[in-house]
Amino acid sequence: MLKTFPSGGIHPPENKLTSNIPIGYLPVPGNVVIPVSQHIGAPATVIVNKGDYVKTGQLIATGNGFVSSNTHSSVSGKVSKIDTIFDTTGYKQPAVFIDVEGDEWIGTIDRSSNIAREITLSPDEIKKRCFESGIVGLGGATFPSHVKLSVPEGKKCDILIINGVECEPFLTSDHRLMLEKGEEILIGISILMKALKVGRAKIGIENNKPDAIDHLTKLAAGFEGITIHPLKLKYPQGAEKQLIKALINREVPSGHLPLDVGAVVHNVGTAYAVYEAVQKNKPLFERVVTVTGKSLSKPCNYVVRIGTPIGRLIEAAGGMPGDTGKIVSGGPMMGKAVSNLDVPVVKGTSGIVVFSENESERKEPGPCIRCSKCIGVCPLNLQPFLLMKLAELGMFERAEKEKITDCMECGCCSYTCPANRPLLDYIRLGKATVIKLARQRNLK
Amino acid sequence: MSNLLNISPSPHAHGKETTQKLMHGVVVALMPALFTSIFYFGIGAVIVTAASVISCLVFEYLIQKFVFKKPVTITDGSALVTGLLLAFNLPSNIPVILVVIGSFVAIAVAKMTFGGLGNNPFNPALVGRVFMLISFPVQMTSWPVPAGFKTGYADAVTGATPLAIIKEGIKNGESVSQLMEKVPATIQMFLGHMGGSMGEVSAIALLLGLVYLLYKKIITWHIPVSIIGTIAIFTTILWLINPEKNADPMFHLMAGGVLLGSIFMATDYVTSPMNTKAMIIYGCCIGILTVIIRVWGAYPEGVSFAILIMNAFVPLMNTYIKPKRFGEEVKNG
Repeated sequence: MLKTFPSGGIHPPENKLTSNIPIGYLPVPGNVVIPVSQHIGAPATVIVNKGDYVKTGQLIATGNGFVSSNTHSSVSGKVSKIDTIFDTTGYKQPAVFIDVEGDEWIGTIDRSSNIAREITLSPDEIKKRCFESGIVGLGGATFPSHVKLSVPEGKKCDILIINGVECEPFLTSDHRLMLEKGEEILIGISILMKALKVGRAKIGIENNKPDAIDHLTKLAAGFEGITIHPLKLKYPQGAEKQLIKALINREVPSGHLPLDVGAVVHNVGTAYAVYEAVQKNKPLFERVVTVTGKSLSKPCNYVVRIGTPIGRLIEAAGGMPGDTGKIVSGGPMMGKAVSNLDVPVVKGTSGIVVFSENESERKEPGPCIRCSKCIGVCPLNLQPFLLMKLAELGMFERAEKEKITDCMECGCCSYTCPANRPLLDYIRLGKATVIKLARQRNLK
Repeated sequence: MSNLLNISPSPHAHGKETTQKLMHGVVVALMPALFTSIFYFGIGAVIVTAASVISCLVFEYLIQKFVFKKPVTITDGSALVTGLLLAFNLPSNIPVILVVIGSFVAIAVAKMTFGGLGNNPFNPALVGRVFMLISFPVQMTSWPVPAGFKTGYADAVTGATPLAIIKEGIKNGESVSQLMEKVPATIQMFLGHMGGSMGEVSAIALLLGLVYLLYKKIITWHIPVSIIGTIAIFTTILWLINPEKNADPMFHLMAGGVLLGSIFMATDYVTSPMNTKAMIIYGCCIGILTVIIRVWGAYPEGVSFAILIMNAFVPLMNTYIKPKRFGEEVKNG
């Protein structure tokens, strides 16, 4: 029996159209837009001015405080303006606009293709390098990685968990990365282990990627303390707490962090970025993005410079299909629908999924028949039907008691509801309101 | 931008499940029982089922169109299921006019007065059946003797159900071992060759339906298994205490409406609890109440009353019995 998390979860159609397509390199676009807040935490402060010439990899915005991250230029060229744009979250935020001129990299980056195996930096230097290089969690949450590597006083980390699950349908960027950059990822994991001072790391991979499991298992023989663990296919196994439960059977208490059970979780993409930052001195300014969708003529995986408008990616994947109804940044379960094609790729963009008009339609909701399927699929064992009702009726105090804030918005409830009820929409509303009310209460 | 993009919050995918598909799944699961009842009770079964289904659909349509003045949703399959289940709870020789009255009570009174699908506290088909049982006790308890396709409708030969035979007999001081000779053999009861409501007689057909419902994941095992298990344990205890006064557990499970009730009536989505812990408690209570009514109550059969009584507790159970949340208790080894 393959391991998995115990309760809830769903099996959406995988639709991994691009799992056999090697990662290509998307040509540098004519202009990029780099938002200064591509991570969780305080936005970075812009340190370049309009008209400045910047090189690829040059720091253009510095992180503010501990929970923040640096931002680098992904191209060389002239800063045309510093203005606000709508990013993938749908909010307006400041960004640096750069007109591309050539592709001149900063001199400190090691651009050679040979693999650097020896880890020379000390744990503190590794953390510092991660911060300087703007490394954030590339699984989608974009939490600054150096924060996760800094174990606070009084807490102990005894295991590193690496997330190679990629449970979102359609997305294959992590899968391809594991196949093509396996050794670099394992070196990256060794670096993370050194920074955390832990002796073992477990990589969890769902069994729909047998080639990646085989490949990494073979490679891992040469690395001390790293083991590969096939997992049963189930969404949302890539969620931190679910992955920890599946791999080492520890349950992160509600409202706590993985570190409270001695674990730290990083994504395989992050491990690769850490390898590049630490061994090659390369800041995070490009990432692998899956461009996919049933209606696209050439779905593919690309290394893309941060700030590239997503319209460029869709062009490269065969052009925008005529019947396009929705474009999602991220996977279909948790991704965000974008409003236009100028939205830039950011550090957290793991994929762009194009849906036809037909696929993007939401059906008319019917009455709740209390079938309790939403309870059955909730990985956190909440009662989504009840949380929705409470949010709908404005009963936020009761919703707080029912632990609406535990919800991680995986979308299993809305996906499963036979009456097409917009459960997660209301739960999100309720959750946001409850958090706001709690904050006001704490201020008093 | 030439064409506009849709914006909506995640998830951007939806499963294939719909209310209609679930309801139609239940209808499919009821088919074996329908065919066996036609096989045993002939034309009467066809007439009663048709009358019940049609009148349930018509009442739902009329109320939605002229009282609610909202879009008509009779195609969602819920009224179809109610119609079939009501018919399954009736003797096959009952006059059509009574079926129509029962359907009206089921749909108009038990379902629509509360707001329609999803809002009714009590199982509509059972409310219809119990209303008829209390209002028309004679017609509701004269059971045709199964004679295959030759079974008449209005002129059918009637007899008592096995449960009634045992209940009457014990009251008259006869011992169970004597009475057992008057009731059909276990294998006959398993196949459905006995008097009773047209849908409840054949254990094998109902169990086939259960397998289908579980296979299609329309219901979970918790409610049927806890009801059947509780009845089996409770009646075994009574039987061991005094086998001359109490029928054996196998008889209790095969006779009457235990299987129909536990598989199709108690599992009704709207009127059953929503988490597995509450489902098991609900099932055990139905089992206990059923045996109490059968052994000590005035009626020979108690499944419908037991389910309706427990339906009333469902909102309470949903409020106070909750699934254990992920990360609720800190227990790490």
